[in-house]
Amino acid sequence: MILDWLRLAAPQAFYPVAGRMIPWFAVLAALLAAAGLYVGFFVAPTDATQGESYRIIFIHVPAAWMSMFIYVVMAFWAGTGLVLNTRLSGMMASALAPTGAMFTFLALWTGSLWGKPTWGTWWAWDARMTSELILLFLYLGFIALKGAFADPQRADRAGAVLALLGAINVPIIYFSVVWWNTLHQGASVSLTRAPSMAMTMLAGMLLMALAAWMYSIAVSLARLRRIIRARESDAEWVRLSAGK
Amino acid sequence: MSGFALLVGRDLRIALRRRGDALNVLVFFVVAASLFALGVGPEPRLLAAMGAGVVWVAALLAAMLSLPRMFAADLADGTLEQFLLAPQPLLGVVAAKIASHWMLTGLPLTLIAPLIGLQYHLPASALGTLVVSLLIGTPVLSALGAAGAALTLGARGGGALLGLLLLPLYVPVLVFGAGAVIAVQNGLEPGAHLSLLGAFLAVSSLVGPLAALAALRIALD
Amino acid sequence: MPALLDVKDLACERGGVRLFAGLRFSAGAGALLRVRGPNGSGKTSLLRILAGLTQPAGGSVHWRGRERDDDYRKEMLFVGHAPGLSDELTVLENLDFALEFSGARASREKTKESLERFALQRVAHMPARFLSQGQRRRAALARLAVSGGVPLWLLDEPFAALDAEAVEQLSRLAAAHLAQGGLVVLTSHQEIPIAAPATETVVLQG
Repeated sequence: MILDWLRLAAPQAFYPVAGRMIPWFAVLAALLAAAGLYVGFFVAPTDATQGESYRIIFIHVPAAWMSMFIYVVMAFWAGTGLVLNTRLSGMMASALAPTGAMFTFLALWTGSLWGKPTWGTWWAWDARMTSELILLFLYLGFIALKGAFADPQRADRAGAVLALLGAINVPIIYFSVVWWNTLHQGASVSLTRAPSMAMTMLAGMLLMALAAWMYSIAVSLARLRRIIRARESDAEWVRLSAGK
Repeated sequence: MSGFALLVGRDLRIALRRRGDALNVLVFFVVAASLFALGVGPEPRLLAAMGAGVVWVAALLAAMLSLPRMFAADLADGTLEQFLLAPQPLLGVVAAKIASHWMLTGLPLTLIAPLIGLQYHLPASALGTLVVSLLIGTPVLSALGAAGAALTLGARGGGALLGLLLLPLYVPVLVFGAGAVIAVQNGLEPGAHLSLLGAFLAVSSLVGPLAALAALRIALD
Repeated sequence: MPALLDVKDLACERGGVRLFAGLRFSAGAGALLRVRGPNGSGKTSLLRILAGLTQPAGGSVHWRGRERDDDYRKEMLFVGHAPGLSDELTVLENLDFALEFSGARASREKTKESLERFALQRVAHMPARFLSQGQRRRAALARLAVSGGVPLWLLDEPFAALDAEAVEQLSRLAAAHLAQGGLVVLTSHQEIPIAAPATETVVLQG
């Protein structure tokens, strides 16, 4: 049984499996998103202080969660590829990065959209937003480094070292940003402090988070297949399997 | 003589014969710091409020400018691979490169910083803390910088790529380092900031060289 | 004679191309191993794998019957394409550093002698960046004269860009090293003029 799983570690073997998995995750993502949006926009009550504009947290918070979660997963796969020398792991990390960066950007953008009607500014240097910004830089750095080498193996391994370095430093960076923020801003409130949670609000955010998770898997698997095709392009099986 | 001392000595000797490189870094530091003042105007209280941050950011940028040189020349002339093939502890080799980089970059910056501090009207007490914070923080720049420099050896994208990789990682140094000086300016104790800076130094002294060694091996593969 | 260097099923992949696979050979004390093959067949890569710079795609390299560990570097030296000289340091400073850093004990006389062997005594105090191509190659090889204690010599195209005199010197050094029970693995396009009792050739198909 274990050998069967190990067999999947070869890009060639995983390619069709990934292809079959994508539709399932896509459907799950759509269903969960529909449920989450329904809860978020129709079921959850209007907030006492922030009115309707707060509803953007149903996108903002799940996006922020995913941005951090994907980074960890990305670092995990990159590290695995470095240690075990498996090509597919490095490719998976490459596939995850753009989605992670997208969620980070989405979190920043929705955070900004939330800030304007609520606090009157498009951007405030609060701890969470600033940390998200730095996380975006970390993602962009990883993507940039991966793209800076002609040799994909070198790119994978260098990217892995960077991802691990980033993963170790992220808690420290986050802590230092919180420190910096409390130091300088004193009493000012967090731009993205969520209103006190009604159960329905939490449910809505969780549903959207799960939807984002399923979406990430589907999209990353699709991107992974593209990367596999590009990297193994001179292999016979790629030509034969075109369209599968 | 130990391998560490040998390598540091060699690096310093080479730097002495190419004095321009080390001086460039210092000059850049002073110029960059001055640019901020030129940008925001000469109002003393504004400058005093900005001073710690400006000195620290200028130090970060200056350190980063000097990083590509850490390994690039050695890679090109074949000495880098000889270092990693010698019967010396490999982490010691990396540590030696970091140490010589710091001696040629971080240390001079630290010594010149008080002059910039004066330009920004920092009070005397703050100047002392500025020097201490740089003394603790600039080695971190070299340690993590070594990892960045090794990762980008031979990569397309040059200094900008290195900056993109390192600046997020440098944020804690900046926050704690500048924060210590600002605390003193506000009449508070800098102890907490400096301790955190010291803790970060301890962490990066381990993580930086390990990452740098891994990256060097990847670059030489 | 027991094998010092033992290579089994070695495979090498560079830039997505499989250069060689299933390579096996072994060599004992006093053996001269010559790696032959067309350009791009992986000769340099093989040498770098033996040195430990490049990771093989598969297979193993054993030294003295064991997996190579940190001690391996004490018993091996590698002279690659790049001469390994710092431009700013003089020939003598470069040599001194290389020897001290690799733990070789070399007296001032022996160092001077090794420079004389390769006709470098007149440029001994010249920074390496003023040397010609040939002088750089000779400077890189000069350390061999004082490295008899290191059993395994890995030399990548050592005879390239050398004049007849230097070729002669290098051959004598290598032969002496082999006679003492050392091992020399080298890549070369041309026939190598080293008098060696046990010569083996590894041919990479490419």
